[in-house]
This record gives sequence, structure tokens and C-alpha cells, in this order.
Amino acid sequence: MSEQTAQRRVGAPRRLGVLKTYKLFVGGKFPRSESGRVYEVVDAKGEWLANAPLSSRKDARDAVAAARKAFPGWSGATAYNRGQVLFRVAEMVEGRRAQFTSEVAAAEGLSAARASAQVDAAIDRIVWYAGWTDKIAQIAGGPNPVAGPFLNVSTPEPTGVVAVLAPQRSSLLGLISVLGPVLAGGGTAVLVASERAPLPALSFAEVLATSDVPGGVVNLLSGRTAELAAPLAAHRDVDALDLTGACGDPELVRELEVAAAENLKRVHRPRAGAGNGDAEDWAADPGTGRLLAFLETKTVWHPRGD
Amino acid sequence: MVFDYAPAPESRSLVQIAPSYGLFVDGEFREAADGRSFKTVSPADEQALSEVAHAGAEDVEAAVRAARAAFPGWAALPGAERAKFLFRIARILQERSRELAVLETLDNGKPIRETRDADLPQVAAHFFYYAGWADKLAHAGLERTAHGGPPRPLGVAAQVIPWNFPLLMLAWKVAPALATGNTVVLKPAETTPLSALFFADICRQAQLPAGVVNILTGDGETGAALVSHPGVDKVAFTGSTAVGKAIAREVAGGDKRLTLELGGKGANIVFEDAPLDQAVEGVVNGSFFNQGQVCCAGSRLLVQESVADELLEALRRRLGTLRLGDPLDKNTDIGAINSPEQLARITELADAGEAEGAARWSPACELPSQGYWFAPTVFTGVTQAHRIAREEIFGPVLSVLTFRTPEEAVAKANNTPYGLSAGIWTEKGSRILRVAEKLRAGVVWANTFNKFDPTSPFGGYRESGFGREGGRHGLEAYLDLTGAEPAEAGAVANEGRRGARAGGKAGGR
Repeated sequence: MSEQTAQRRVGAPRRLGVLKTYKLFVGGKFPRSESGRVYEVVDAKGEWLANAPLSSRKDARDAVAAARKAFPGWSGATAYNRGQVLFRVAEMVEGRRAQFTSEVAAAEGLSAARASAQVDAAIDRIVWYAGWTDKIAQIAGGPNPVAGPFLNVSTPEPTGVVAVLAPQRSSLLGLISVLGPVLAGGGTAVLVASERAPLPALSFAEVLATSDVPGGVVNLLSGRTAELAAPLAAHRDVDALDLTGACGDPELVRELEVAAAENLKRVHRPRAGAGNGDAEDWAADPGTGRLLAFLETKTVWHPRGD
Repeated sequence: MVFDYAPAPESRSLVQIAPSYGLFVDGEFREAADGRSFKTVSPADEQALSEVAHAGAEDVEAAVRAARAAFPGWAALPGAERAKFLFRIARILQERSRELAVLETLDNGKPIRETRDADLPQVAAHFFYYAGWADKLAHAGLERTAHGGPPRPLGVAAQVIPWNFPLLMLAWKVAPALATGNTVVLKPAETTPLSALFFADICRQAQLPAGVVNILTGDGETGAALVSHPGVDKVAFTGSTAVGKAIAREVAGGDKRLTLELGGKGANIVFEDAPLDQAVEGVVNGSFFNQGQVCCAGSRLLVQESVADELLEALRRRLGTLRLGDPLDKNTDIGAINSPEQLARITELADAGEAEGAARWSPACELPSQGYWFAPTVFTGVTQAHRIAREEIFGPVLSVLTFRTPEEAVAKANNTPYGLSAGIWTEKGSRILRVAEKLRAGVVWANTFNKFDPTSPFGGYRESGFGREGGRHGLEAYLDLTGAEPAEAGAVANEGRRGARAGGKAGGR
């Protein structure tokens, strides 16, 4: 798109490009913000790229409702099936490498080569989480040798609806690195894209829509992170909160954690040393921390006997 | 012919309770800095048992400082050595279990049958279990990254525990904290301080290094001062959901790690094909064990409509045989309510049940004239909107609802902001597995109820809290698993910095 803009500026386009209207992704559909608002998204040099939806509190609530509705189906799917769907997501991004490379380059001000490396890493990150779906229960649960005639088994289960504030700088790799663990564990997500660079995220929604991910499993909002984070942190039907995209603002983090206490949301906040928000090295081995952050352990007892 | 039970009281002389106790700080008992104290009474007869020190802000400061100072040495001890301290504690707990059972029954009001057969054996078992982990942390598979260092202790753990299982909750908190190399400041509940103080004496007998375990008796203000102290790295709380939320707000935005084990409104689901006699025993155990003062109590009975009458008749018959009275009597099933405040809350909610239209029933049951007592109570005709179906009563009160299909049972069971426990009674294995999967609760008992074990993770979904106690999972609450290096060179230097921030004396260590 930036290429097209540049062409227009030199005055001799062979044909006028068709610009994309970027929209939200909620409940498997692509609505505009109910508020009718948009905001200007610019590239690293300040040039206009597109207008993105400026989501409202109402959009956030709609997204939560869609995520809740999708939760039984996604969490109840077999782990194998979730893995297949996530692997399909990787295939779809692979097929659109050129598009994402150009969007990431524009969004983050990267050279084509570095943007391409980000997209490659993002694809590989999806594959990593696709493979975890049917293994996480084996590393996080199992039978417990209780002192009595009982079978006792602990199993990880998804926490539920997770509101995720995506990292502000890493527009695609960072986004996928925070979304992947929620989906692999069986949770559904309300994902707030990078405020400054939401376009790769909004295009990624098109991938989700064509990857067998059931509608509502991922709901993507663009807009002001602080404005959207507040109602999500306070929402009684949100079960967990990933504060990665708010980590640059300690006062916002505190406010969100206070709001989250109202229904005891599980809060994931990257700690110093584990990578502090956008200081996080998204290219590094992600480990299992984010995956386990959005799981609950259920322990079931049953007597043994005749 | 009916045989009466002869009195069978356990001897009160098995335990010597001193007229007064101080705070246990840095390996010594001391008075509260401002000299305040409060009485702890036996809820069965309202007689004062002892006078204990009331810790204030200065005492919290001293205890955190002691724990901070003890941390580097304790954390640096080889795991096998920490393990042996915990094995010592476990053995002494076993040796003194009869004394401690009597003490706990006196201070808490629960039947000696329960302290003797449930609380104390579990207390010792918990220390044995976590003792064995102390030198095996590198093998626990807890690391969150494929690179980086091994799990590290967090530092000073502030632990605030409730009055319903005083010594057992202490064990659930202290054993994993010490095994992983943390030091502890523990605040027992205001109404049940004594067993924690006896535990301090066990730490002395075990020659645990000074400052590794500190015990502060006091009230909610003491607990609030402790969890908000800047020298604390980890807060672990068991108690009400309201206080748990207040603590979560208090630590918001800070560096303290938090685990919460809070309230519940557990559903005990009885299907029509269940073995009804066993189910009745499970329902009685689920709702009346420890006078129903159990966070994971099965306080809502969901019974399939087709067997509701039959089950309720058997339940009433069984409740008629429960013996309420002297907690020290070995035949007693139902002891005293822990405090007048708790009794008032149970009374208020039970009255609300009646006022909202549910039918109230209790077996013929004579309540002692002294002490705090509440007869086992069953409400039928309860709807999901009734307060007694929604709010945690924490008393011997059972709310009965009915259902027709498994889907309805699951929907009703999950219709609560809590998610701690649930029960399923049916002979059909596939139904157990399906229903257990759909229940949003941390512990599901199928064809049994209220079973606990040190190897078995315990904790809630949703507003019942987060984090697990017990099992390998229980280690996670007390470890930094990120593999990150300490912020400054070496853990000891780091501790010095933090000690200084806490106004501590650990800087030179």
C-alpha cells in the first residue's frame, strides 16, 4: 500500500490502487466500529497508511460476548483438532508472506529483509503453538499418588475468555506470540492490536477467517489501548488479562490490575527479567510461561473398588 | 431396645496451655511492641483458653526483617538439608499429634474425631510430602523456558490463614514455602491462634534456624499490615473472597506474587442411578463436615427429580442420628461454630432462606446452653435466586435444588461466581467423565467428597481464587520459574538491597 501511495505521488500510476477498508473482526464477521470512529494510521516516517477503526467500549463488550459464545465449542474441541486449525493458520500466513512483509515493513519501519524475518518467525511461532495443543496436558497434569483407594488425576483446562493487550511495537510476531498460547490452551480471545501499528493485526484477522478458526474464538479490536483495556479489565465475563501491551505504562497497569481484582481475573504481566513488555525478545524461544498462564488445574477423584 | 452413648471425652489434660503467649519472631517469643493482647476462647463453652499478643505494625516490621535476614542462608542451604528440617518437623508433628488434636478442638470447636483423624494426619503428611521436594526442585519440570537458570525461591512469604483448619492451613502454606527455600511470616486467624504458636515451639524443637518461620497473632489489621509490607515478596491467603479481592487490589501493580484460596458454593450432584446410601453419606460429609465451615463444602445439593423424595427422606433419617455436642467427646459428629460472628452470619443467612420462601428443616437436636451452636439445617424448595443458593454460608446449612437432565445439573452447578469444588454421584462412568469435564471447579469428587491429600493440587476457578496448593503444582506458588537471573549480581547482593528497602538489617549478609 505504501508502494501504491508512492506511485501516486510521482504522478504516473498505471491504474489507481484499490485501498483496503480495515475493519474489526468480531464473532467471525468484519464490522466497523459501532461508534463510527476511525483514526489515522501512519508509517514509521509519519506517512498516512490507512484509517483504522477506533473501537469503543461497546465494541469491547460485543467482542467479549462473542468470545464467551465461542468458548464451549473451542475449549470442547479435541486438542488434535485445535492443533490442526492452528497449523492451518500458519499455512494461510505462509501464503500471504509478501503481503504481511510489506505491511510489517511499513508498520515497524523495517527493511524488507527484516520484515520478512519477522513474518517467518511469526509463522514458525504459530506452528510451535499448534504442536502444543495435544502435549500441554501431559506436561502440566497427570495422576497423583494419593494415600488411599482413589484414582486422582489433574488436568489443565482453559481459563476462559482472555483479554489480550498485544505488544505495541512488534505488530505481527508479537501479536501472534501473545495470541498463540491462548488459542493452543483452548481459550478464546479478545485481542487489542498495537495502537500505533494495527494494520498487520487487522489483516491477520482475514487469515483467521479463512483458517477454520470458529467465529468468535478470536476477536480483534483496534484503537486506543488504554481506552479499550479499562472496560475489558473490569468486565465480569472476562476471565483473564494479558497486560503485555500496557507494560510501558505502570500507572495503567496498576489501574487495570485493580479493576481485574473485581472478579479475580488471572493477570499475566511480563516481569522484569522475563522480558518487560515490548522489551521482550519476541524472536527468543517463548517457553511455556504464556501457555500455562491461561490454564486452570482441575483435579478429579474417584474411588477404586469392586 | 436403644442403647445410649456413654460420654467418651478425650482428656483435656493432654495439652498444657499457657496463660499467655507472645509473638514468635526471629526464633523467640516476645510481647507485642505496644503490649496489646487478646483472649482466645473455646467456642464450645466460651471459656478463655489463653491470652495472646496482638501484633501491630512494629511487630510486622520486626518479623519481616527477621524473615528477610534469614532468607539468604535458608535459600542457600542445600535442598537435602532443608528437607531434613522438614522431616524433623513432620516427625515431631506426628509425635505430638494427640496433644495438637486436643488443642485444635479446644480452640476451634470442631470434633476431636476430625482433628484426630483428618486434620493432624494431613498436617504431618503435608510436611513429609514437601520435605521430599526440597532437594528435587530441579527435577520437578517447572521451568518455563528451555534456557536460563533453575527455579529460585521468591524471598519472604506473607501467609494469612483462616480459622476452619488452623494447623492444616498452616501446613499447606509453610511446608511448600520452606521446601522451596523461602522464609515465612504467618498470621493465624484471630479466633484460632494457638496451634500456630504450638507449631512455633515445634520449629524450636526441630532447631529450625531463627527467622525462617515467624508467627504473628492478631486480627485483620495485622494481616493487612503484613501483606502490604514492602519487604514481602509473596502473599498467600486463604479466606473469604471479599478479603481476597482486597488483597489483590492492594498488591496491584507491584512486584509481589499472589495466590488466593477463597470461598466456594460447591454443588453436590446426585443422579438417579447413584448408590443412594453412599450418596447420602457423601452429602452429609460434604455439607456438615467441620460444621460446614469448609470452603469446598458441597453446600448445594442438586438431586435428580426422580429420586429427590427418596434421597431427602434418607438424608433426614441420617441427619437425625448425628450427635451434636462436646467437641472433645469421641462420639461427637457436630461441634461448635467457631465464633459468635460466624454464628450470627449463619443465622442471618438461614433466616433469609426462610424469609425468601424456602422450607427449613432440622433434626430434633438439643443445643448446649453455653458456646456457639447451630443445628444441622436443610432447606428444600430452594431456587437459584435465593441467597442461600448463591452466597457462601460457611455453616451446617444445606440448600437442596432439583434437576431433570445432566445439562440442567451442569448449568445449575456452574451458575455461581465461585468454582472451588463439586461432587458427582452416579454409577455411570461415562457420565462422570462428561460431567466432571463440564464443571468449572478446581476439585471434582466423583462418588466421594471432601477427600484431601498432599499430592493432590487444590484450588479454585473463577472467584474461588488462583494458584494451587498441594502436589507438584503447589511448588509453583513459591518459585520464580522464569529462569531469570536476579536483577543484581548474585541473589545475596539482591537480598541486601531489598532488606535495606524494607528497613532491614540484612544488608551485610
